Amino acid sequence: MTRPVEAPALTIDALGKKCPIPIIMLAEQIRNVRIGQLVEVLADDPAAKTDLPAWCALKSQEFVLTADLAPVPGARTGWSFLVRRSY
Amino acid sequence: MLTALDDGWADPARLYREGRRAQLLLEQAREAVAAELRCRPDELSFTSSGTQAVQLAVLGAVQARQSAARGPGHLVASAVEHSSVLNAADWLTRTTGAAVSITGVDRLGRADGGEFAAAVQRERTLLACLQSANHEVGTLQPVEQAVGVCQEHRVPLLVDAGASAGRLPVPAGWSLLTASAHKWGGPAGVGVLAVRKGTRWREPFPADDRENHRVPGFPNVPAVLAAAASLTATGRERAASDTALRALVDRIRAAVPATVPDSVVHGDPDARLPHIVTFSCLYVDGEALVTELDRAGFSVSSGSACVADTRQPSHVLAAMGALTHGNVRVSLPSGTSAESVTQFLDILPPIVEKVRQEVTA
Repeated sequence: MTRPVEAPALTIDALGKKCPIPIIMLAEQIRNVRIGQLVEVLADDPAAKTDLPAWCALKSQEFVLTADLAPVPGARTGWSFLVRRSY
Repeated sequence: MLTALDDGWADPARLYREGRRAQLLLEQAREAVAAELRCRPDELSFTSSGTQAVQLAVLGAVQARQSAARGPGHLVASAVEHSSVLNAADWLTRTTGAAVSITGVDRLGRADGGEFAAAVQRERTLLACLQSANHEVGTLQPVEQAVGVCQEHRVPLLVDAGASAGRLPVPAGWSLLTASAHKWGGPAGVGVLAVRKGTRWREPFPADDRENHRVPGFPNVPAVLAAAASLTATGRERAASDTALRALVDRIRAAVPATVPDSVVHGDPDARLPHIVTFSCLYVDGEALVTELDRAGFSVSSGSACVADTRQPSHVLAAMGALTHGNVRVSLPSGTSAESVTQFLDILPPIVEKVRQEVTA
């Protein structure tokens, strides 16, 4: 029961980057969107699945959802994380 | 330990003098450990590790209650159990088709009593598993509540006391109990399995008559003697040592968020083990942090993915929804000095700063 969300204002490609790089990229770039807009982070490090929502909780940003990326043959499963800049 | 090697080298199953001597010492050790863990000596067997104790407990309890007529049944375990518990449950799923309910925890790592109780009440629950305290973040678990629901529904309860045995009194009401000697300051290679009288349990491995028919192989008597000696010593000094360690952990819990920007301390600040504290630092590579602290003379663990063989982050931190990168776990041995904690707290902020600059560079 996921509610429809608008398109992200920014997509950060952190595929192939190990923890904590995807979080660092998000922390650096979230200021590039306006308050209320969405940032999408693409990542495939297993730690990202826990750390993206945990970062949002620590930083009081809104974690919207995690979606599995379509499998690519020979590559690791990745995820798309949506985060809304809340301040 | 050396006396133990002199006196206990022989096979306790043999009838010659040295064998009888080893047998006598082994039984004295069993009585001493049973008294500390509040069980009967004949309920207690020594194993070759805490992991072996857990495997025997889980497989033996479940297989004793599985039947062809009634199916493979169902097990319950909290999401933050030691990996040996979760792996044994997974093994039963793969080899017997048993269903496993993994129940959730809150942000402090405490098992959700309601979810655990609901899972216990599912049909054909053959075993429920709840640790006494968490081995990574130190949070104490609601064992008393689990005992209540398990007794009401006649489900055996495994309490894995690996993290707390020798530090805190063992909770009452378990059907099976496991522990590990090296966690209480004893030698490696000694675990403890206790099966409460009246609990159904069947050897899950090929039959062997050692350790009350519960554990295969010649027990390591010298190591068992050393384990018992250190547990009884721990027991005597427990109160004073725990108060000291608890105060040191309180200092770390207060100082880390105050001196390291963007850090978070995990686990329950009060209802916790006296000697363990875990924290995570944002934007830091856990492996680099552990390496730098090691270079500075501090041996710490980490639940970060980059430190694990499997490249998976700690399942405990993940279940809590806690930050897994930049993770440091400090486990204070008895007798840790206040000066060494001060030193650690002094060098930590510059080390985190250094590793942060390297990772963003």
